[in-house]
Amino acid sequence: MIAPAIEELPLDSEHDVVSVRQTVRTAMSEMGFGLVDRTKMVTAASELARNIMDYADCGGVVRVEQLSEGLRVGLRLTFVDEGPGIADVDLALTDGYSSGDGLGLGLSGARRLVNEFDIVSSPGRGTTVTVTRWR
Amino acid sequence: MRAGAGWSRRDSLGDCEDTATVGDAVAERQCLWRLPRKEFDMPSGQATTWHHVLAEHRDAVLKDWIAEQLGAAGRRTDLLPEGDLRRESTEFLALLVAAAEGGAGPDLDAPDWVSLREFLVDLSRARVQQQGFSPSETAVQVFSLKKPLFALLQAEMADTETMLSERWAASALIDKIGLYTVEVYLESRESIIARQQHEMLELSTPVVQLWEGIICLPLIGTLDSTRTQVVMETLLQSIVDTRSRIAVIDITGVSTVDTLVAQHLIKTAAAARLMGAQCIISGIRPQIAQTMVHLGVGFEGVMTTGSVSDALERAFRVLDVAVTHREPG
Amino acid sequence: MERIPILRLGDCLLVSIQVDMHDRLAMALQDDLTAKVVESRARGVLVDISAIDMVDSFIGRMLGTIAAMTRALGAETVVVGMQPAVAITLVELGLTLSTVQTSLDIDSGIELLQELIAADSVGADRDRAGD
Repeated sequence: MIAPAIEELPLDSEHDVVSVRQTVRTAMSEMGFGLVDRTKMVTAASELARNIMDYADCGGVVRVEQLSEGLRVGLRLTFVDEGPGIADVDLALTDGYSSGDGLGLGLSGARRLVNEFDIVSSPGRGTTVTVTRWR
Repeated sequence: MRAGAGWSRRDSLGDCEDTATVGDAVAERQCLWRLPRKEFDMPSGQATTWHHVLAEHRDAVLKDWIAEQLGAAGRRTDLLPEGDLRRESTEFLALLVAAAEGGAGPDLDAPDWVSLREFLVDLSRARVQQQGFSPSETAVQVFSLKKPLFALLQAEMADTETMLSERWAASALIDKIGLYTVEVYLESRESIIARQQHEMLELSTPVVQLWEGIICLPLIGTLDSTRTQVVMETLLQSIVDTRSRIAVIDITGVSTVDTLVAQHLIKTAAAARLMGAQCIISGIRPQIAQTMVHLGVGFEGVMTTGSVSDALERAFRVLDVAVTHREPG
Repeated sequence: MERIPILRLGDCLLVSIQVDMHDRLAMALQDDLTAKVVESRARGVLVDISAIDMVDSFIGRMLGTIAAMTRALGAETVVVGMQPAVAITLVELGLTLSTVQTSLDIDSGIELLQELIAADSVGADRDRAGD
């Protein structure tokens, strides 16, 4: 029985993005998630981690939490940064929206890959994105 | 014989020889004072417990309990033959007594109870698989132990206060055990259903190889979210396994094609394309075509045909395969 | 920083991505590939992604960019070996990579490349004939 644990990882350099992917991979594998679930979650984590790298100069952190609610088992990732924040969250969640030169799929794309998606952000206050996948 | 307090009555023991051990001396003292042996062997505090009394009269209780079960109204003689009932009851009681006498406390989750729990899990699982048992049948059997047990405690325990508190402790434990069997039954049933569902899903997505490099997946019935996931994964894996360049998804047998189903099919086609294969969706009935136009859904970029044979023809064209009639003679 | 090796396969280049790439590595690959296409006058590029179990929007974009750049330099690109789980995820993410040619594995990828290269030459001949 895996004891619920929260691991906090830094997101300051691109090597951290690779580490986060690896941590998520391992955690999901240990928790018995299927291959497609794992791939979706690792990809979502990559998208969100890279968002922080691209938009928050001071970097951020991600908290990896293994959840268990009765018979349900899940993985929750919370991405926190003290970056500029997002003025219009709804707009940012629209497909194809991008404030940079990317394809603008980071947030909206990640949302489609997870079961639960939550975002709190405002200008000057940074951003917190929480995503969860249940087995 | 060691001199010391308590042994001064040695001379009245007559022909008692030198006793080399304290155990012997104690034995001596027992025959002198005629105290029951068991009480001396036990650490203090365990003299009168419900499980101790049960352990002493186990056979009698077992007999009464089995009689109780056999005589119960509504007993399913067809489901539980007498032989099985006897065997199960005997083993249950043995495990219960062993754990309780071994010092297991009232917490059923503690490791001391693992043998009993395992026995109950196996029992419940077997009963789930065997049609006819309800979730509570095993629990009722467990609860029926109370009657003969309480009768025993009443008879054997002199002190009423102790008897009542021990009866309460036994009752609480038996309740927990009964409820545990219900939980296990339900969990077993759920996991069996989940497994059967998955097996059915896998069985209902057979992929057929029509030609070298061309596979066909005939879909039948309703396409819900879970099913579509399985279908998608099965098809894509098939493409890898058979090294196919064309996958025909035949929806002739699909009852309803709404926006959601269409979206799923489009996604499957897009994923196949990313892997280097092309999808053809066949079996588009006129009604479906109409609905899709109404809904504004288009299978953009995906080849569609009315029948599987049309799809095969298109596939041959893409793969530059020509089929010719052999000339007679 | 280690760089992803690029091999020659006749008049084509073969790249096999085996590692979890960070952004700089991906950018380096892009640069290296375009430089090598020019240097070797390659007609085709085969990108083998059968070993990677994740393609996010950045890597997806990189594949599209490689395809576009090589085309501008007169070569065709085919991406091969995408794993089913990766394909499913990319589609869910919303990335169709419509500008990228794909094939199942290296063998079929080489076949497709030859077809594309041949088609290119036909096109070029036709253009010349029209002058």
